[in-house]
Amino acid sequence: MSDVSNRLTVVGERQRTPLQRKLVSVLTHAGLLAVSVLMLYPLLWLLAASFRPENEIFTSASIWPSSWSIDSYIRGWNGLRTSFGTFYINSFIISGLSVLGNVMACSMAAYAFARLDFKFKNFWFAMMLMTLMLPYQVTLIPQYVLFRQLGWVNTFLPLVVPKFLAADGFFIFLMVQFFRGLPKELDEAAQMDGCSPWRIYWKIIIPLSMPVLATAAIFTFIWTWDDFFGPLIYLSEMKTYTVMLGLRTFTDSTGESDYGGLFAMSVLSIVPIFLFFLFFQRLLIEGIATTGMKR
Amino acid sequence: MTARSLESGAPARERAVSPSLWSRIWQNDAPGYLFLLPWLIGFFGLTIGPIVTSFYLSFTDFDLLTSPDWVGANNYVRMFTADPKFWASMRVTVMFVIFSVPLKLAFALAVAMLLNRGMRGLPLYRALFYLPSLLGASVAIAILWRQIFARDGLVNDFLSIFGIAGPSWISNPQTSLWTIIVLAVWQFGSPMIIFLAGLRQIPQDMYEAASLDGAGKWRQFIKITLPLLTPVVFFNGIIQTIEAFKSFTPAFIISGGTGNPINSTLFYTLYLYQEAFGFFRMGYASALAWVLLALVGIFTAFSFLTSKYWVHYDE
Repeated sequence: MSDVSNRLTVVGERQRTPLQRKLVSVLTHAGLLAVSVLMLYPLLWLLAASFRPENEIFTSASIWPSSWSIDSYIRGWNGLRTSFGTFYINSFIISGLSVLGNVMACSMAAYAFARLDFKFKNFWFAMMLMTLMLPYQVTLIPQYVLFRQLGWVNTFLPLVVPKFLAADGFFIFLMVQFFRGLPKELDEAAQMDGCSPWRIYWKIIIPLSMPVLATAAIFTFIWTWDDFFGPLIYLSEMKTYTVMLGLRTFTDSTGESDYGGLFAMSVLSIVPIFLFFLFFQRLLIEGIATTGMKR
Repeated sequence: MTARSLESGAPARERAVSPSLWSRIWQNDAPGYLFLLPWLIGFFGLTIGPIVTSFYLSFTDFDLLTSPDWVGANNYVRMFTADPKFWASMRVTVMFVIFSVPLKLAFALAVAMLLNRGMRGLPLYRALFYLPSLLGASVAIAILWRQIFARDGLVNDFLSIFGIAGPSWISNPQTSLWTIIVLAVWQFGSPMIIFLAGLRQIPQDMYEAASLDGAGKWRQFIKITLPLLTPVVFFNGIIQTIEAFKSFTPAFIISGGTGNPINSTLFYTLYLYQEAFGFFRMGYASALAWVLLALVGIFTAFSFLTSKYWVHYDE
């Protein structure tokens, strides 16, 4: 707070009278509020539409339904042959396993890059950075052929196993940055006491790195939950669908007639992401600010 | 260790050197490689192997069921000379990149600068502006967008207040791409946060000195803020451009997987998906992927090469 009030006086504002300063501040707030409303209006409208009686959805642009009803949710939940309950369970399994895989495999690789010495380390690190720039389309088709030969199509394996192989180099990079900031004396002291690298990793580095591990876990969850392309090509049986695939099928089949159900399920599909945002937004925003994350 | 094995004399050398070499490798290098093992398996199995295979497949006809047929450079020749859909998708994607990235960054920077003036309630605004970035990639938002820009959607509801009867923005080839560009710009939150972090790094006394010298706000922006922020602009620009080239879900959902009307939302990635998983032309799709890689590679290389002329680093 103190640095905020400092800045107010410093940034060339001193020629202005208090009244002018007040006016500028009011105008800035008004502008920012207008942008906020404009940005959030579609989301609020979606929320309202999901609670509106079906016949009212397209006749009103307001964000306050005249009467509230949860019919759309009930209809939407069972709108397809398989209920959204199954899709939710599938999505949670895939996202949960992805979190586990990413946190384990990426932290191990990051520990090697940040703390251990081995031959060709810089070469491998450069290779890892290269993979960050690679468009996934280049590896897409051979990966698909590989997973198909392994008989993994219509299972969760193609979506989960790559996470256990640290395929998302971005998180390695994130963790390397964090591990490098931890005092090296800790490792050295532990090594003197005869600790193996594995014990140092497990007893020192991991417990000290909870913030970055949590950031990686939350982003992995959100991105996996949101992922549409992977499930689209690997999952074709409805009982294996994720929530996002279920939604897409909804738009194809019943969606044109049942907008209420579609909107209700759309709202439900982003509830988990919204909850993460609500409880961990500080962690997310700091994660982006320090590393420059993509989304 | 080396000193001792040298001392131990010539006769024993052959025997002595190799175990100590191995144990040294085991001591020094093995832990690193063991920790790196999962990544290494993934790197060779899921990245390098597939890259090489994909390059090979791009010179073949391959339908997944029969083994690939070598056709030389045919796929590439057909793409550039006899495939109007390739050019359509290229045009759509390049248009999308050219318009969405600068607009998104300009918006992000403008809002970041407003927020950086020591606003009260900064954390709240920052969180509100960030929310769309977090949600924007999901199918739900693409569905919402299709509704907002439909003939009886939210946008036209607002326009009708002013007596304007808006078109169906989604089914008009002139405007359909723009609805997706607006969706991208709507997600300006994450570059905004990075800009905010960058703005914090600029020492405030520079502005003070400039304003004592009588430099106005605009001059301060051009002479101080923008130059000192170029590393952040560079970073955001590269990340957002690569993301824009890879964008898939919005176009897929909004056009129902077709890229219509008249291919106006046929993103490159969508075309690639249709070729690979709609028609099972895996060879041709691999060639498309390599052209995309070349495009992204050229852009990235160009950015890095020109960066020394316009990106200011401290040293």
